[in-house]
Amino acid sequence: MISFTINDREVTGQEGWTILEVAKWHGIDIPTLCYHGAVEPYGACRLCVVEVDDGQQRRLVASCLHPVQEGLKVQTDSERVKNVRRWILQMMVDEHPGSQRIKELAKSYGVKESRFKSDRVEDLCILCGLCVRACDEVVGARAISLGNRGVRKEVATTHRLPSPECVACGTCLYVCPTGAMEQLFDRIRG
Amino acid sequence: MRQISTALKLDENRLASPAALAAYRESILAERDPNRPIIIVCHGTGCLATNSPKVADTLRRAIAAAGLQAQVVPEIKTTGCHGFCSRGPLVIFHPTGLFYQRVQPEDVEEIVQTTLLEGKPVERLLYVDPNTGEHIVHDHDIPFYKYQQRLVLRNIGKIDPADIRDTIAAGGYQSLAKVLAGMTPEEVIAVVETSGLRGRGGGGFLAGRKWRLAVENVRKSPGPVYVVGNGDEGDPGAFMDRTLMEGDPHAVLEGMIIGAYALGAQQGYIYVRLEYPLAVRHLSVAIEQARALGLLGQNILGTGFDFDIKINRGAGAFVCGEETALIASLEGRVGEPKTRPPYPAEKGLWNRPTIINNVETWGNVPQIIEKGADWFAGMGVPHSTGTKIFSLVGKVNNVGLVEVPMGITLGRIVEEIGGGVPGRDEFKAVQTGGPSGGCIPWELKDTPVDFDSLTRVGSMMGSGGMIVMDKRDCMVDVAKYFLEFLMDESCGKCVPCRMGLERMHAMLGEFTMGKGSLEDLDELHSLAEGIKDGSLCALGGTAPNPVLSTIRYFRDEYEAHILHKTCPGKVCRELITYAINSELCNGCTLCARECPAGAITGVKKKPHEINSSLCIKCGVCFEVCKPEAVEIL
Amino acid sequence: MSVSFEKIEAILDRFPPQPEHLVSAFQEIQAEFKYIPADAFNAVCDHLGVPRSQGWAVATFFKSFSFEPKGIHEIKVCLGTACHLKGGARLVEGLERELKVERGHTTGDLLFTLDTVNCVGACALAPVVVVGEEYQANTNSRKLKKHLKKVAAE
Repeated sequence: MISFTINDREVTGQEGWTILEVAKWHGIDIPTLCYHGAVEPYGACRLCVVEVDDGQQRRLVASCLHPVQEGLKVQTDSERVKNVRRWILQMMVDEHPGSQRIKELAKSYGVKESRFKSDRVEDLCILCGLCVRACDEVVGARAISLGNRGVRKEVATTHRLPSPECVACGTCLYVCPTGAMEQLFDRIRG
Repeated sequence: MRQISTALKLDENRLASPAALAAYRESILAERDPNRPIIIVCHGTGCLATNSPKVADTLRRAIAAAGLQAQVVPEIKTTGCHGFCSRGPLVIFHPTGLFYQRVQPEDVEEIVQTTLLEGKPVERLLYVDPNTGEHIVHDHDIPFYKYQQRLVLRNIGKIDPADIRDTIAAGGYQSLAKVLAGMTPEEVIAVVETSGLRGRGGGGFLAGRKWRLAVENVRKSPGPVYVVGNGDEGDPGAFMDRTLMEGDPHAVLEGMIIGAYALGAQQGYIYVRLEYPLAVRHLSVAIEQARALGLLGQNILGTGFDFDIKINRGAGAFVCGEETALIASLEGRVGEPKTRPPYPAEKGLWNRPTIINNVETWGNVPQIIEKGADWFAGMGVPHSTGTKIFSLVGKVNNVGLVEVPMGITLGRIVEEIGGGVPGRDEFKAVQTGGPSGGCIPWELKDTPVDFDSLTRVGSMMGSGGMIVMDKRDCMVDVAKYFLEFLMDESCGKCVPCRMGLERMHAMLGEFTMGKGSLEDLDELHSLAEGIKDGSLCALGGTAPNPVLSTIRYFRDEYEAHILHKTCPGKVCRELITYAINSELCNGCTLCARECPAGAITGVKKKPHEINSSLCIKCGVCFEVCKPEAVEIL
Repeated sequence: MSVSFEKIEAILDRFPPQPEHLVSAFQEIQAEFKYIPADAFNAVCDHLGVPRSQGWAVATFFKSFSFEPKGIHEIKVCLGTACHLKGGARLVEGLERELKVERGHTTGDLLFTLDTVNCVGACALAPVVVVGEEYQANTNSRKLKKHLKKVAAE
């Protein structure tokens, strides 16, 4: 067993566990969007960042990926952590004003829409990659992937045509945190 | 590209032992007449672009036609980059060091007549010091070269990179022979550790420690291990790695072979950027020739050590310079970075321990082995030992590639080696560290250039780009430029980088249009901190640096845009207007003909006028006007 | 350039069926056809044992791959820092007006593709534009216009 602290509270976790897993086990809340227990963690949304102090340096890490270490001091709600979360939610709520889930999360951090608010209410995909990972790791169909890069990144099928690999199982619909898959699904399965 | 490997019959000379290499070197040197003059025609990318192959050809033909006596016929050698690219094509005479710049085929006849036949320099081809007006005859007297300490670059410009015999004659592969003849892997690692060599690609991690970690991990989990040369140089304004791979590819190979021996690796990879086709060609030829001589491949130098290197070309993604993304790309996957730990020294290529170093780092290894860790650690400053190559570009008189000991001040590089900025102004800022770096103002020109000092002033060493800016550059625009670059290159995986850079860019866009408020500037600062803290990899983690450093040192320029709606550098389009100074305009009509908007009117030989309501501020008139009558207000 | 299965097969023959060759194989296809035709894309993925969805992610991630044919002459305007300071952005805008295409696109006659590149590492020659394999050093809109006319006439 590995002992360390979360918010000054002594906790223990098993070798190979992540900070997020231990926090969940101990009922400590860390917000997530791209995390799902059924698939490998990905570390993309960065909402789950926590501040860690390993005795040498203090830095922010994604708790969904960072392995627990003996003696680590974890803060889940420090000023730096809050600043990162506020900005992530600020940008998400501006870019995806149609998502209820994001609206609620933003509200809980006191974040309101800004002058950069988008008018595309139908744009719901936050590129968390859960659908892609579920299709690959859980279903094994590998019908979709994250195509392109940077600001043009998108959930896509090959040649943007309906995917012959799609078995229309609906797993992607189930894991999608924002409802974006509702619009994409018919285009994927054809 | 000449394919000389077959003509060389290198296979016949396959070297069966470290001693055989020494003997082979002796035989090469014995064949060469040390008194035969050599004329070097630089064939680096810069000189190639300005016609150097034609200069070399014309020179060959002219010399043949001139009927020189047999013993004085000079050898024409084409080499890698001499670094002084802004003066190309360069022609240098050995052994005297007579240095000609901006040589064109038309000049060849006079060179043959005056220099080769009469033994005198051609005055007009000499370098003129822009500050003193003095004509300088020899390369070693030119300030650009005088203050440099060229160690990694020592062979570049002297050897033909496509002929391994040149490299061997210059002492290449001696360190490998030394290692294989009598050093244990442990001893090799100890030397690299003691030398204090830090990664030249940006991170600045201690190379020896990286190697040590990898070796320990191999011990824990035996199996295949790999070495990788990172030649995916992507920082805009940087071309050190390009020059090294093109000009002295064997230095990189030799360093990697030594590293492979220390780690016990049998396979290595060099990842070369898409935009560097010449580097790929020279490395390929070098690998082929090294294999033929038994310096690479099976049973190297007859010692039973097997190691080979494969070249992988990048496919156009800056982020692949990040080591975990590079590894993903080598495996045939999307070049997305992964969270570290685990580091490549533990789980790298195919989840096996991997040493990945920048090619310049590898290029340092042979000389460290040859001359010793203490020699290397004696140069530079504590914690930043040895020399570093920088590409000195932008608003500076002597543009090119320079190698200096670590710890030299920024001001000395720009003013002594670079000859200052054109027009005798002070430089305004120097941008170091690529898009992850920062802008260092003139007031901090005494900052020593080493890893820790640069980080302290809010910039970083990065791979060695050094871009000099003068008063005609706008620091808000520069910050916006770097964000455009990074938005284009971000992999888009994590939110702070993908959305955050776009948001910072939008906010800067407002400033460049004279919009926004000082509160927005504080917001921008807070967002920059958030992106720095929250991003997954180093690209996002350092992306706010250009914004943070310009706000820190050039806040007045931000305020000028926001409060006074003016751009002090006269760059930001929304805040400037173009006008023609009627006293300077000679009415040549060129601007009116070139203006794509039809905004310029006037009659021949009379001052012209710009109709600002039609002007699209494209700047074409400014660019074409010979008497410099177009002004930016 | 016509897309023939012989040409695709000839390229695939050079690569053992392992996923690590995906990027290299796409590079060869792109060099041969100036784009990645759908048939070639499928053949590469199937040959190397890479799921097509993953192949799609890779092929769209890297800037050097395209799914539409590129022009005979590729124009790459360098937008590295040195070129930016010396007016690289002006050059792209000038070329957009001259060729009547936006950056990233190909002229209707398939003669030119206009692209930007984030530094070609020839900063001493700034501003630089690479046309085909030729570097245009210290160039400007006027010189470029002339050069493109010459290239088009060849």
